[in-house]
Amino acid sequence: MSKILTTEGLPLEKSLKRVEQKNKFRAFLLVLPLLLFLIVAYVWPILNLLTRSVDNRLISDLLPQTAIALSNWEGNEMPSEDIYKTFYLDLNEAHKQKLSGKVSTRLNYAKNGFKSLINKTRRKLKNFEDENYKDQFIDLNKKWGDIEYWQAMKVAMPKYTIDKYLGSVDLEKNYSGEIIQKPEKRRIHRTLWYRTFYVALGVTICCLLLAYPIAHLLSTLPLRYSNLLLICVLLPFWTSLLVRTSSWMILLQQQGVLNDILVYFKIVGDKSRLELMYNMTGTFVAMTQILLPFMVLPLYSVMKTIPPSLMRAGSSLGGTPFHSFRKIYFPLTYPGIGAGSLLVFILAIGYYITPALVGGASGTLISNRIAYHMKESLDWSMASAMGAMLLVSVLVLYWLYNKILGIDNIKLG
Amino acid sequence: MKQSSNIFVRFEKIDKSYDGRELVVKNLNLDIAEGEFLTLLGPSGSGKTTTLMMLAGFENPTSGEIYLDKKPISSITPHKRGIGMVFQNYALFPHMTVYENLAFPLKVRKISNDEIENKINKAISMVSLTGFENRMPSQLSGGQQQRVAVARALVFEPKLVLMDEPLGALDKNLRESMQYELKHIHETLGVTVVYVTHDQGEALTMSNRIAVFNDGFIQQLSSPNELYERPTNSFVARFIGENNIINGIIVESDSKQCKVKTDNDEIIHANPVISNNVGDTTSMSLRPERILINPSAEIPNKFKAKIEEVIYHGDHTRLRVNLLDQNDFILKVPNASNIFSFENGSEVLLGWDSQDCRALDFIGNKKNS
Repeated sequence: MSKILTTEGLPLEKSLKRVEQKNKFRAFLLVLPLLLFLIVAYVWPILNLLTRSVDNRLISDLLPQTAIALSNWEGNEMPSEDIYKTFYLDLNEAHKQKLSGKVSTRLNYAKNGFKSLINKTRRKLKNFEDENYKDQFIDLNKKWGDIEYWQAMKVAMPKYTIDKYLGSVDLEKNYSGEIIQKPEKRRIHRTLWYRTFYVALGVTICCLLLAYPIAHLLSTLPLRYSNLLLICVLLPFWTSLLVRTSSWMILLQQQGVLNDILVYFKIVGDKSRLELMYNMTGTFVAMTQILLPFMVLPLYSVMKTIPPSLMRAGSSLGGTPFHSFRKIYFPLTYPGIGAGSLLVFILAIGYYITPALVGGASGTLISNRIAYHMKESLDWSMASAMGAMLLVSVLVLYWLYNKILGIDNIKLG
Repeated sequence: MKQSSNIFVRFEKIDKSYDGRELVVKNLNLDIAEGEFLTLLGPSGSGKTTTLMMLAGFENPTSGEIYLDKKPISSITPHKRGIGMVFQNYALFPHMTVYENLAFPLKVRKISNDEIENKINKAISMVSLTGFENRMPSQLSGGQQQRVAVARALVFEPKLVLMDEPLGALDKNLRESMQYELKHIHETLGVTVVYVTHDQGEALTMSNRIAVFNDGFIQQLSSPNELYERPTNSFVARFIGENNIINGIIVESDSKQCKVKTDNDEIIHANPVISNNVGDTTSMSLRPERILINPSAEIPNKFKAKIEEVIYHGDHTRLRVNLLDQNDFILKVPNASNIFSFENGSEVLLGWDSQDCRALDFIGNKKNS
């Protein structure tokens, strides 16, 4: 095939490309700020989070020789004198650089009691003599003769580890690398995960049940009424999340409005006021209310596109209203249900402020635990690992949604 | 055609109001015979669609009663009426294939699968869509969707089928061929059809009878040719086909003929349809194709006219002439025998039979609609 030339004699493809390149470049310049922003504020933090969740270089950087020595140690009998000596040298070096505090904090994650053990030990480091390190350590504190501490240290040493992920589902590695359950009294995360998914699922279902009729009403009312109703639905969006949550606190507390009304009408006794807050009920109620618009809007946008003549056609063909609804209207709202449920569920599993304020002990969710690790225990790796798991579960949901309904079907408004 | 004189649908003193202030349908009395193709024709807002919706059950009459096969149906919900309906935008179920769309009314009626397949095949071949069973409605053209809608309304063998401007969304050629198809289907099946349209051509082509609606009333109910040839009031005359209007006062009248004096003191012989009282004002309707050029001697109405405009239309030529001081007189001349040559500004002698000039109710100087 001969090349097609433009009137000026240049190859057509080339000149087309040149013209388009200019436009493409301009378009690219327009999206560049957003792209940079996304990279800086979204992609980079997420990558950072993912690496932080497996990054364990801190301790092996602080105790480099010990790390090597322990990796060669089998772990089933007491460490040798050499290991004690290496550990002494590393710890002394770290102490001189005023880093022994970090060592104690980090090792304490591996086993409770390490912090005080190291803190007690480091003060005496300068008194050590250059032989029989093992005996000197054990003389100093008999915990140094307990193999469990050494095993814990061995487990904590590798540069990269999935320990945090295991920890966030209440598993741990033993000294020989097998994955085992944590002791029963230290299993807290799994309950939280279950509860998070349970609450998210429950809130999604409640939102769907409440939003479906509202969205239907919105889509069938004449425009002037439906606009007003839509504003009512969106009103919560324009109110601070904190204000909304606190107003639920006012409503739900034991001396609150709702209980007062129930008592006034003698539905419950004054002595037996209902506990509606600082438990799961509070979390459920407040989260449902706050996330409701995210369900209403996608449903509304889908329902608006369903012509009313379809239901009429259904009934003219002999379908009872219920049958027509089930076979015609309902299937046509699947994209809205899917989009709304996905949105609400994803928002719900990461919800933080509301459960923190009205959840109490039995109503806290995994996100509250993440916040705890970020702000109080300062175990950022743990927080990162849990965050990454949330991220993965969201991605799994997307994948499932795509498998079942097709992501192109999603309709957010 | 299987058309008996059995009254199948009867509207009795139906009033309908949406807002409690205005009546959309006023004292409607209408009988529809079994097997009839009845068209409700009228401009938008005339009450024709409301009437259809009341019959389908989607609207309730404010007063009066509708009888279907002699049984009152006001209190029967739409899905129990067993009336087939073709909607304006087809209302095909977009998430179902053609087959599933057609199966919907049959499955509801708990018909066995074999019979469902049988009936669907029959319906599909009736609208010549064999091979399209597994298509989704969005994969069909407008005309094909229309056929599916028709097949779906007929597949469960209702005795009455309602059609609400079903051809409105199709282009002109397709619309015409669908008109013939619908007419043939009606003739083959013998179902009663109530058809709503605002397109007079459609109504004239397809119907046994046409009810012309305006302002909530039926203005005239008669067969297509009757409607066109003998409109009984000025609205119908203006709404159906083209016509020229001459206003005047009746000066002399007997039952067969009257003489009307026009505003510029000419006397016209006309056919008194509504009034033959001397002194009444009247608007006379005259079809453009009934005006003769160089009429023979026995034609009573003869006037000189000046040609203002010649518009060539292919099969005919339209002339706008100044006649009786009205310069919007339209005149249709077939192009078959090109014996006349027309020129702007030239004078011609025009005339018409008194029977073709129908003296109807006075509407003043309103233009042709």
